[in-house]
Amino acid sequence: MELLIASAVGVLTAAGIYMVLRLRTFPVIIGTSLLSYAVNVFLFASGRLAMDAPPVLRDGAERYTDPLPQALVLTAIVISFGMTAVVVIIALGSWLSADDDLVDRPAEPRETAQ
Amino acid sequence: MSLFLIVLLPFLGALLPGLMIRAGRQACYTATLLVTATAAIGLLTHLPAVLRGETPTARLAWLPGLGLDVNLFLDPLGFMFAGLILGIGLLIIAYARHYLSRDDNMGEFFSYLLLFQGAMVGIVLSDNILLLLIFWELTSLSSFLLIGFWKHLPEGRQGARMALAVTGMGGLALIGGMLMLGGIVGSYDLSVILEQRDVVQASPLYVPALLLILLGCFTKSAQFPFHFWLPHAMAAPTPVSAYLHSATMVKAGLFLMARLWPVLAGTPEWTWLVASAGLVTMVLGAFIAIFKHDLKALLAFSTVSHLGLITFLLGTGTAFGAMAAVFHILNHASFKAALFMSAGIVDHEAHTRDMRRLGGLRRLMPITFAIATLAGLSMAGIPLLNGFLSKEMMLEEAAHTTLFGMPMLVTVVATLGALFSAAYSFRLIAHTFFGAERDDYPAHPHDPKPGMWLPPALLIIPVVVIGLFPALAEPFVKLVTGAVIGTAAELPDAHLKIWHGLTPALLMSAIAVVGGALLLSVFAPLSRIWEAAPRPEAKDIFDRLIAACVGLARPITRGLHDGAFTRYAAIMVLTVVAVGAHAWFSGTTGAEIRRPLLPVTPVAIAAWAMLIAATGFLVAAHRNRLAVLMLMGIIGLMVSVGFNHFSAPDLALTQISVEVVTIILLLLALNFLPNTTPNESGAARRTRDAIIAGAGGVAAAGLIWSILSTEFPIAPISDYHLANSYKGGGGDNVVNVILVDFRGFDTFGEIIVLGIAALVIYALTETLLSGKVRRKLLNRGHEEARAGDAHPLMMVVLTRVMMPVILMVGVYIFLRGHNSPGGGFVAGLVVAIAVVTQYMASGFAWAARRQRYPYHGIIGAGVLVAGLTGIGAWLVGQPFLTSAFGYFRIPPMEEFELATAMGFDLGVFLAVVGAVMLSLESFSRLGYRAGTETSDHAMDIDPSRDEELAPAAGGQEKGI
Repeated sequence: MELLIASAVGVLTAAGIYMVLRLRTFPVIIGTSLLSYAVNVFLFASGRLAMDAPPVLRDGAERYTDPLPQALVLTAIVISFGMTAVVVIIALGSWLSADDDLVDRPAEPRETAQ
Repeated sequence: MSLFLIVLLPFLGALLPGLMIRAGRQACYTATLLVTATAAIGLLTHLPAVLRGETPTARLAWLPGLGLDVNLFLDPLGFMFAGLILGIGLLIIAYARHYLSRDDNMGEFFSYLLLFQGAMVGIVLSDNILLLLIFWELTSLSSFLLIGFWKHLPEGRQGARMALAVTGMGGLALIGGMLMLGGIVGSYDLSVILEQRDVVQASPLYVPALLLILLGCFTKSAQFPFHFWLPHAMAAPTPVSAYLHSATMVKAGLFLMARLWPVLAGTPEWTWLVASAGLVTMVLGAFIAIFKHDLKALLAFSTVSHLGLITFLLGTGTAFGAMAAVFHILNHASFKAALFMSAGIVDHEAHTRDMRRLGGLRRLMPITFAIATLAGLSMAGIPLLNGFLSKEMMLEEAAHTTLFGMPMLVTVVATLGALFSAAYSFRLIAHTFFGAERDDYPAHPHDPKPGMWLPPALLIIPVVVIGLFPALAEPFVKLVTGAVIGTAAELPDAHLKIWHGLTPALLMSAIAVVGGALLLSVFAPLSRIWEAAPRPEAKDIFDRLIAACVGLARPITRGLHDGAFTRYAAIMVLTVVAVGAHAWFSGTTGAEIRRPLLPVTPVAIAAWAMLIAATGFLVAAHRNRLAVLMLMGIIGLMVSVGFNHFSAPDLALTQISVEVVTIILLLLALNFLPNTTPNESGAARRTRDAIIAGAGGVAAAGLIWSILSTEFPIAPISDYHLANSYKGGGGDNVVNVILVDFRGFDTFGEIIVLGIAALVIYALTETLLSGKVRRKLLNRGHEEARAGDAHPLMMVVLTRVMMPVILMVGVYIFLRGHNSPGGGFVAGLVVAIAVVTQYMASGFAWAARRQRYPYHGIIGAGVLVAGLTGIGAWLVGQPFLTSAFGYFRIPPMEEFELATAMGFDLGVFLAVVGAVMLSLESFSRLGYRAGTETSDHAMDIDPSRDEELAPAAGGQEKGI
């Protein structure tokens, strides 16, 4: 099972990086979202995997999974929504005001001797 | 007055001039003067204590872990400097009132001046060398603002930059030196360091520390070879020059050398470095000053020379030298400030400072003439003026000093310095005020109003009084000297007298004065030789040095940072992977205990396959943006299913609700963006990106695999949370208790960040909607045919019926959050979704009209509620966000729990609702056209679709 998680994290990371390296704003935003999935799962999994052991105290429960990474990832999920929204409005602003959704600044001509 | 207040007053007062300038220049000036006067009076209240030999202190722990505390102390040395800074500061402010023209922004000027003043007072009162460093850097920065005050003058900007570059570099060196010094002693408190002379001087780090500290002092005090910035700083307005170069900025280096004298002085290294740098600077500065035609340039080089003189005196390492240095600091401050102000008056009235265009001003400006002549003669070292006394002490000290084993060397060089000094002083007086009156002055010169000549005139009083009755100054000078030398040496027995008998110093003094006068008589031919002689121009060297540094940095910067975002991203990924790989292959993790792996289930494989497939399709088909969003939905769903599968119900709930709002958000954005991504990158680029991405993916997978397959190397802290969740936080859901209790402060910060993000989105939308984008949006045609019913009947009915149900679910999730999966975050998202569905189904106008509370307010209320809950703990004497809980029973219901954490969670809930709604609403507003007709009835058929048919229909009607 751990191998499945590890490979999923790897695939999500690779896809996220590939999308971030694209030239238009929209795929870059998608890329960062994919990366945040990968990072969230990574952080969550760093508490090790366990099934049927939610960190909710119950009578008779023998073990609980690590609650701390869960708490950290929970806020990370919400914050990443906020950050995605900010990046999206910036991308929208550049598209609407400049008709341009390229992420790279056009290469400037080399300065000659001053 | 508390020492804190004396230091703080100028900083606080720096706000005043900028505000008061709206009430007029006089108000601005009065406010500034009052601030400095208050601080000066505060300082004077400590005078009796200082004279009694006490040292007032004020201590405040700031960062004790770093040894950085706000410790201030006022010993005689600090008192003398603070008195100079504030006293001359008062005169400068009064002078600047009349000097600054109406075009100059007086508020800005005085604000900078007070900032600078505060930083200077901070330096001289600091008892902690780290604190001193902070003030030191502040003087560099604020003097940069002052020197470059006339931003329209290129000389001003360049001079300011040069001063900042030189003193800033020196400041960096000083930081290193001070840290070493503190490291040697084991304390950053000056009062401790000053008693550790033997420890410091025996340390192998003594020489490096000394070099670095001296680098800081020499750059600040313009000692050779760093003297060149000071003359270029003369591009500043004259009050700034008078202030910075007589009493303050350049004296900071001298102050520090005097302050650290007990620990650093007395070694051969100290004497070689400091005394010879001082001597060279003194002679060089004085020699160049003779040939400067600009009054301020002459004074600038003379300042360099006098700073060298004082440095030399400190450098000899004898108690008598220290006493002469202290005395000359006082004297130089008085006559040099008066001279700078006189030069400013001449410039102000005659509109030139060039001595070749001046001369004969003694009848036209008698008052200025008197002031400048007395100050100038004092600078030349003429008896009965204060400059004579300290200069003779310097010569006396020089006669007893041997450098590099040559007995007469110092004597000759010092006499030469004094001779040049006399020459330029005589020239300043002769070429400005004597000679024939001319008729080609750029403006007709006359004495200014008293407001302008009074400040320098006041400074002439000590020049003359101390010159006539040196015994008056003796107790104070000895007191300060005692503070400089500390316990390192005996206070010298010498007295301040005009007549010491026929001493070698008197002979040297006579040679200097006579020689100076003779030199002036042959000035014209000498000047021609000087003009013709090739000499290195410091500014050119400096500019070339800077250009070389820029030339070195530019290709690197351009190569890494060329404006291409994709390049930064690629560089960052590769760097992270490389650094990680290095750690992976070279680092050690300690004993690795393998962990039994969980068995693979068919369901898990199915979910995994869906996730991988969706990701693969997403990358393959990423040009079709709508398809990308759908695939993102699948990935998000699988991730939340995964969370649920691995015992994280809270995460699953949050992920799936965030997924919904994210997809809605991206759909709204896609409404405006192109639907497809053009194919721009070639095969080579795609291969390159794929390799980079692959490396990143392998690295992430490898890392998490190694984490997952081994046990924790050290025990996690989670057991504490599990054990105390119920006992301390009153909740069974440990994740929720961590969020609202254990790490409540984090959560508090996070909801604030979320709120700020939403406000940023709102503000950007507002900006977009106010510009040309608005017109573009209004004129935007629809590329594709729209559905006939913009608000489908089924959806409207369904969402309205569902609304209360979803809200109920939200409340339920919120209430159970403390003990079962749920809580403020999830509840907030669920409620936001309920509201968003109304917008989607019934239209923006319809929903917005029914929305009574602005979303900004909801965010603010959320943060406030969370904050107040946290503050509530203070009322019972507990730290911020300590929670309390109890069990209550209201008769018809079962016993239930109430916890203060619930109030905090309510704040989280409100902030999340507000932030999500404000973001989504802002996006929707882009599409909503204000003023266009929108139907109030949500279920109406879109009328615009029938527009094509309308003429025909109208015709029919007419026909009938």
